[in-house]
Amino acid sequence: MKNVAPGEKVHLRLHVNGDEVDCVVPVHKTLLEVVREDLGLMGTKHGCELGECGTCTVLVDGQPILSCLALAIEVEGQEITTVEGLADGPELHPLQQAFADTGAAQCGYCTPGFLLCAKALLAKKGRPTRQEIKEALAGNLCRCTGYLKIYEAVEQAVEKVADLRIKNAKWPANPCCGD
Amino acid sequence: MPAHEMPNDLKVIGKNWRKVDARAKVAGLTKFADDLVFPRMLFCKLLRSPEKHARILKVDTTKAERLPGVEAVLVGTELPIPFGILPISQDEHALCIDKVRFVGDPVAAVAAIDEETADEATRLIEVTYEPLKAIMSIQEALKTPEPRIHDYGDEGNIHKRVSLEFGDVDKGFAEADEVIEDLYYYEGNTHLAMEQHAAVGVWDPDGKVAIYSSTQTPHYLHRAASKVLGLAPSHVRIVATPNGGGFGGKSDPFNHEIVVAKLAMKTGRPVKICLTREEVFYCHRGRHPVLMWVKMGVKKDGSITGLHFRSMLDGGAYGSYGVASTYYTGALQTVTYKVPHYKFEGLRTFTNKPPCGPKRGHGTPQPRFALEIHLDKAAERLGLDPAEMRKKISVENDSLTANYLKVGSCMLRECIDKVVEGSGWKGKFRKLPYGKGVGFACASYLSGAGLPIYWNNMPHSGVQIKCDRGGGVTVFCGSTEIGQGSDSILAYVVAEVLGLDPFDLRIVTGDTDLTPVDLGSYSSRVTLMTGNAAIQAAERIKEQVARAAAEKLGVPAARLGFAERRVFDVSDPTKGMTWAEAVQVAEAKLGTIGAVGSYTPPVTHGKFKGAGVGPSPAYSYMAAVAEVDVDPETGIVRCPKFWIAYDCGKALNPLLVIGQVEGSVYMGLGEALMEEQIFRLGVHKFPSMLEYKSPTTMEMPDVTTWLVEGPDRNGPYGAKEAGQGPLLPVMPAIANAVYDAVRVRVDEVPIHPEKVLAAMRSASKRYGPKSMPAATWGEAIKVPTPWEGGTGKAAPGEVQKVQQ
Repeated sequence: MKNVAPGEKVHLRLHVNGDEVDCVVPVHKTLLEVVREDLGLMGTKHGCELGECGTCTVLVDGQPILSCLALAIEVEGQEITTVEGLADGPELHPLQQAFADTGAAQCGYCTPGFLLCAKALLAKKGRPTRQEIKEALAGNLCRCTGYLKIYEAVEQAVEKVADLRIKNAKWPANPCCGD
Repeated sequence: MPAHEMPNDLKVIGKNWRKVDARAKVAGLTKFADDLVFPRMLFCKLLRSPEKHARILKVDTTKAERLPGVEAVLVGTELPIPFGILPISQDEHALCIDKVRFVGDPVAAVAAIDEETADEATRLIEVTYEPLKAIMSIQEALKTPEPRIHDYGDEGNIHKRVSLEFGDVDKGFAEADEVIEDLYYYEGNTHLAMEQHAAVGVWDPDGKVAIYSSTQTPHYLHRAASKVLGLAPSHVRIVATPNGGGFGGKSDPFNHEIVVAKLAMKTGRPVKICLTREEVFYCHRGRHPVLMWVKMGVKKDGSITGLHFRSMLDGGAYGSYGVASTYYTGALQTVTYKVPHYKFEGLRTFTNKPPCGPKRGHGTPQPRFALEIHLDKAAERLGLDPAEMRKKISVENDSLTANYLKVGSCMLRECIDKVVEGSGWKGKFRKLPYGKGVGFACASYLSGAGLPIYWNNMPHSGVQIKCDRGGGVTVFCGSTEIGQGSDSILAYVVAEVLGLDPFDLRIVTGDTDLTPVDLGSYSSRVTLMTGNAAIQAAERIKEQVARAAAEKLGVPAARLGFAERRVFDVSDPTKGMTWAEAVQVAEAKLGTIGAVGSYTPPVTHGKFKGAGVGPSPAYSYMAAVAEVDVDPETGIVRCPKFWIAYDCGKALNPLLVIGQVEGSVYMGLGEALMEEQIFRLGVHKFPSMLEYKSPTTMEMPDVTTWLVEGPDRNGPYGAKEAGQGPLLPVMPAIANAVYDAVRVRVDEVPIHPEKVLAAMRSASKRYGPKSMPAATWGEAIKVPTPWEGGTGKAAPGEVQKVQQ
């Protein structure tokens, strides 16, 4: 990490949703603040800014993190995914489709955080059990749904996400020589 | 639409659609208030009182004004006009002027180039306080008439006192086989919507100001902001952004909303505020802590002969909805069960804590908790099954209660049957092994208040529809989307009438410049009232289009069908035209095609003072069973399974109704077992999401929901409310299940483990309040019941005035 004084502005090159973006921000700015205020990606929400509610979850190299507790400078060079990066062009991600169709998003405020946690879960587990879904989402609060429709949405998306993984799999250039 | 007129070939209504705004929400594209950005926007921070109760001697803003980056500093004297949600409680100021009344009361505001500068500037404001005695509980408020927190109210620090008697409650007790008395306490808790309140004030050099805000009640904010800012309502625009959850917490006009508008007027620049989570805890307006006493007379068969109910509310520092909340703790007891004689006494105290107001169920979860546990105790005393007993005493369809509330459709008995059967109640009640138990409770709730918050005889909801030549239909309504699906309801209803796909429509809501008035997203009123208004507007559009299309097709208008985006002859469906063509034909014949519709609730029956709280066009009904595991070593209560049968009239979209039911069970679980808004030395004990414990995925039970539909003649397609009622039976069902599990009564929420253990160790096998502080209740207004020949008026000699 760069050696800078508190309050000093730094130039960051971030990898967000497949784009490389440059910004100049005070070094103490959180990833949440940079994503919303400097990159204009308002899909990432905040509920407490203390790491208690899970609302501001984004993925960093595929892992869910609380963007209110991470400094933007800490994740320079890593792949950051926000809710805006889930869809494939105009096509919603299967998790997004399922959340919309099952009523898993009521007010929709906590939804981006849940979607990203669920995406990380499906990347890791493939076909998680109901208990595994509950455990993976236990750090995200939702005050509208009582979570049940969210479980259903994740379960509904499982097969489509698996198909997507096969479709998007990056095969080695020469599979025969793969080690 | 009256149920008997309900079309039996509904295309949209009753089907599981996604919400019309669901895709924008999952894409992260919905713009909540804090997502709005305007050029040259400034940021606002409030300086809040560190004192519980104090006179403000001096506010010195000199240093703050000199800080580079500060564009304006605002103090209370610049906004001297008071406001409040109820006309009778105009007791708030945008910024305190003479006095602060709770820790967190705002005193000054800063607008600066960024949040950090604004925050730093608030620390440079010097306020000199002269502390006054702080009053922190109902008990203290009752025995401390001076100093008064407000110089209005019924007496000392009693804000409001109510005493009503319907029939003769002593006569009722004289007829009883058993008379049972007990005390209950319901701790306060808060909404904890995921979105923190945010607002942006935008000044227009033409002398107009706009407030974009996460408000549930743009119309009431419009009135309050106009008044305080001294601007004509025509010069104030309120845009209610989609709320990231409301639950009643965004129903009051708030000081920060008015402050950003004033700062925008002062600086000429847009000004945004987003409250911190800690500030949201202090804004509150949540569930009132209520101490209750219940005396109930019952016959051997379980029928109630008389009910005397007393409630004492801890109101916090301001009026808010408190007068209505006080009446609500007494209003709906009679809507669930037959109560021939009923006496209600209630009072609300002012205390130096954040003001309480409406939270999901507004004033009714507390008495419901008391009443349903009390019935459980009565059933045990009488040796009756609590479910069977409730079934026996359920109110009837189309009846009038002792306090003149008109019940329309009521499927409570069917709900009880469904949940008894589905949960396996008979095989579980008093039969599970020690530590496991089941509990039963029922409830009912209103589908919108019958009277508006300020007295007027205008409609409660208005809808306007505009048709475009291309066939596009835009629906405008002042209702506010808070996640419950109110935008979707407008789309479903209009699409049904006009034979369109709900996703063809555009919905514009919650904007006082663009949309007709709807009173707001509170009191479970939106589906019923906007739905009816939308049906009327859509029927008027249909009539215009049908008239022109009939002429063109050469068939009588009455023979036209509207379906699948077509207008056609029902006796020869091939003869017709597309919806877009029909709109063009209509526009050519009649000019621009548009229509309005509105809804006003039916006339209420009570004519006594206080009769304004409780009436509703329709009441929802529900019965629930909770199953719990109680660990006798630790006192920890878990609820793995919950069953609920729910009469919502007609589910316009079952998917959304079930979503409301599950969300209500969730929120009720939090209230039952963990959530509390409590204070230590005037400071919130845990103003953070982690420490204010709310249920996570690990606590949420499996929920089985049955929708038992009893269409009500006053509901759109028979629909009643869905958003609040299902919360009501959760807390008492869990408390009753705890008793079934370990045979101790915890007569207060939240049911913390230490309370369960204390009850187990006590001789009485009970944990709960032991006494009610002394209070004078005043002479009751006596109202003869309908079965005594009453007409809804108070007995002669009483003041006969209808008041909210």
